[in-house]
Amino acid sequence: MLQAPEITPEVIEKDRLYRDMGLTDEEFDLVKSIMNRRPNFTETGIFSVMWSEHCSYKTSKPLLRKFPTKGSHVIQGPGEGAGIIDIGDGQAVVFKVESHNHPSAVEPYQGAATGVGGIIRDVFSMGARPIALLNSLRFGNLTTGRVKYLFEEVVNGIAGYGNCVGIPTVGGEVQFDNCYEGNPLVNAMCVGIIDQKDIQKGIAAGIGNTVIYAGARTGRDGIHGATFASEDLSEESESKRPSVQVGDPFMEKLLIEACLEVIHHEALVGMQDMGAAGLTSSASEMASKAGTGMEMDLDLVPQRELDMTPYELMLSESQERMLLVVKQGQEQGIIDVFTKYGLEAVAVGRVTDDNRFRLIHKGKVAADIPVDSLAEDAPVYHKPSKVPDYYKKFQQMDDYYPTVNSYSEALKALLQQPTIASKEWVYDQYDSMVQTNTVVTPGSDAAIIRVRGTDKALAMTTDCNSRYIYLDPEIGGKIAVAEAARNIVCSGGRPMALTDGLNFGNPDKPEIFWQMEKSVDGMSEASLKLNTPVISGNVSLYNETNGQSIFPTPVVGMVGLLESLEHITPSFFQTAGDAIYLIGETKPEFGGSELQNILENSYFGKAPSIDLDVEAKRQSQLLEAIQSGLISSAHDLAEGGFAVALAESLFDNNLGCEVKLAGDLTVQLFSESQSRFLVSVKQEKRDQFESLVEDANHLGYVTDSGTLRVNSSEETIIEESVESLKALWKGAIPCLLKSRD
Amino acid sequence: MKFAVVVFPGSNCDRDMYFAAKDALGEEAELVWYQTANLSDYDAILLPGGFSYGDYLRTGAIASTSHIVKEIKQQAELGKPVLGVCNGFQILLEAGLLPGAMLRNKNLKFICHFEGLKVENKNTMFTSAYKDGEIISLPIAHGEGNYYCDEATLQKLKENNQIVFTYTNNPNGSISDIAGIVNQQGNVLGMMPHPERAVEQILGGTDGLKLFKSIVNNWREAHVTSA
Repeated sequence: MLQAPEITPEVIEKDRLYRDMGLTDEEFDLVKSIMNRRPNFTETGIFSVMWSEHCSYKTSKPLLRKFPTKGSHVIQGPGEGAGIIDIGDGQAVVFKVESHNHPSAVEPYQGAATGVGGIIRDVFSMGARPIALLNSLRFGNLTTGRVKYLFEEVVNGIAGYGNCVGIPTVGGEVQFDNCYEGNPLVNAMCVGIIDQKDIQKGIAAGIGNTVIYAGARTGRDGIHGATFASEDLSEESESKRPSVQVGDPFMEKLLIEACLEVIHHEALVGMQDMGAAGLTSSASEMASKAGTGMEMDLDLVPQRELDMTPYELMLSESQERMLLVVKQGQEQGIIDVFTKYGLEAVAVGRVTDDNRFRLIHKGKVAADIPVDSLAEDAPVYHKPSKVPDYYKKFQQMDDYYPTVNSYSEALKALLQQPTIASKEWVYDQYDSMVQTNTVVTPGSDAAIIRVRGTDKALAMTTDCNSRYIYLDPEIGGKIAVAEAARNIVCSGGRPMALTDGLNFGNPDKPEIFWQMEKSVDGMSEASLKLNTPVISGNVSLYNETNGQSIFPTPVVGMVGLLESLEHITPSFFQTAGDAIYLIGETKPEFGGSELQNILENSYFGKAPSIDLDVEAKRQSQLLEAIQSGLISSAHDLAEGGFAVALAESLFDNNLGCEVKLAGDLTVQLFSESQSRFLVSVKQEKRDQFESLVEDANHLGYVTDSGTLRVNSSEETIIEESVESLKALWKGAIPCLLKSRD
Repeated sequence: MKFAVVVFPGSNCDRDMYFAAKDALGEEAELVWYQTANLSDYDAILLPGGFSYGDYLRTGAIASTSHIVKEIKQQAELGKPVLGVCNGFQILLEAGLLPGAMLRNKNLKFICHFEGLKVENKNTMFTSAYKDGEIISLPIAHGEGNYYCDEATLQKLKENNQIVFTYTNNPNGSISDIAGIVNQQGNVLGMMPHPERAVEQILGGTDGLKLFKSIVNNWREAHVTSA
């Protein structure tokens, strides 16, 4: 246990103890000049967590400023717990994605569970009822016992928490690549719904108002979690297991209900959850945002363990805790609500007018810091950036062209690639239906949640093909946003806004910073073009194991609006006799493709090209066709190209298909060219469809044969029973998990 | 007809049950916090799914000791319909209103999807609107739905026609494929599948609606005859 009182400010400076907490020499000097003295142990700890990348975004801030964040429908952009968009009728949707990568790497069950818990609190702290959870997961290949353990326990943790709190987990994505072997990615997204009049902010306004602590008691778990999240993983990371918090979803469920009751209480001024950096960040951010100060008596903070020091109390990341600011004199009404749910709620401090963040412990001042220096005035770094050698090499390569001996065998191999294969093993463990609003359950392009009491629905998805981003971060960044929007459009929704979960390696390496810069550029351009502003997000850096970085993985979480339930469109073919169309052209593009992965066991060359004008046009034409009732089913083309999309379209209704392809068959079947859609259209609607959607090519028909048949101009090149293809696709992940090594 | 939906700390299908009774069925329904002392105003009692008290001891164990469960027992003795779904079923087992116990699913994982069920007994106040032997589809969502009882109890359940629903493709290892049972009097039904999740076509089916309709129909008939 760290004994705070014995370590004097002089010792901290002389022995450079601040380095162990994550501050650099320069940052420590900056702290001294802000304080006009040496900080004590508690203060040093507070600065180090608040200035960690996880809390301050000190490295990524210059990049995040590039994102388009405004739009006529944006009510709240980045800066609060979560972003908010207007969906009409006085209602709004609140959403955000957050990472919990490092904790999940050392303690996968709790790491993933508390990741879910944290993102839920971000949403209900705004006053919104959480209505859906999604996630985006990355693991190494499922060939080692360690990776299988991480995969199974992360899924278990997400299920354990999400199922208990009663929020349906409706969608997500899981991909597998070697680069994530030691550093899995666990990004969780929560979507909430709120009446606009009930929107809360995390502000500590009103001098003299009371600060109330509510929820679980503070223990010694998760101390310095934010700092741990801001460094590379290594052999020693196992020793950081105590930095991982432990979740209590039952407590969270009570907290949700209590907070959603409290928001209607006239005495509530502001509310924020205690996430990363716990009590420190919630308190100082609330005061800083309101332009006030705050004084707290730490002896009043409910504590789970004896003899906790101010340092431990302020840096603990114990879960399921909220901080509220309440009108002076009206505390009891608020406390009563928490008491009803069996929760502790205690006045621990007050809002002051001196812009100081002051903590009292056992009658003595334990910390006294200018509050803005923690939040607003944290240092910002403009890191050097350098084009990596690998990128230069890839750009000079000739276009990669795969040699395929059997189209059928290639299709079967693709369907069994874990990244493409059915994720039923995963989502069957999630309660996807609680709250009885889930119209489209996991397994489709986007999940759909109806807005109860209206004719509206919300489409939501997470997406990111990190292979393309590795090959070319700018193009890959565009593709990530475009692909998420494609998912929304295919389900019948108009893309509204996105939340970004930026996962990268060590930004101190100029090549990594270059990846960050370029992907943000690409994402920004696409967000602007597709009118999907970035309204919230999260940055997770230092995703490296023993110096080896993950692929740059900026996850896009997107929400779209369906103005009518009539627009809901399935991914799967519906009726024999419907005409099958491919929208968009197919070019020989195999860089970063799943086929390249199978044949070469690596990714290289150029990423597929994307023209955002074409993308925007196709999306809006397809959406118009859907809204006009012309489309029976729509599915976007992604990993594995046309052949995989065609097979996937057959995996729900025991149908078959017969299509005819011309030109280079390997390209037509397996290229991963962008901006393409596979749709089916009723016979009588074909003329209308063709006149509306410009780049649609009629390729064949849905049949009731139960056979997937693809013909060239001369012969049948693929003829497979849908049943057996589906069995391969469904069985791939369970099969890999069963084979123990 | 007036339904009480009992809300325990950690219940999470309470609102779903409420909407099913109120919107899909069109009857009166109220959410009743577990500290409520008296349920005599209600004609039927619904125990929703969820994780009461986090299910931190055994599923339903802590909730079964709460005061309101005594009141539920008394109302059940009066012959009022009591339906426990999922965690509600687990609470009824722990409270001794129904025989048997729950084990973890045989695959040791939470499972959530639509599952086929057979209506084994249509002669109950919960199932009279179904056809005998009807195959229906309802969502399941549980980690501990593996129903177990000893051989003697099973024999009794069979002899008394207390087995109301069985799985057509047993997903969790339940003994004799049991998905739902009634007490001997026939007015307390516990089941793992969620009928309240299948009351609108847009949610994937309406096979659950008939269960609620049966309750209402039987209550109406009883009231007309006794009036």
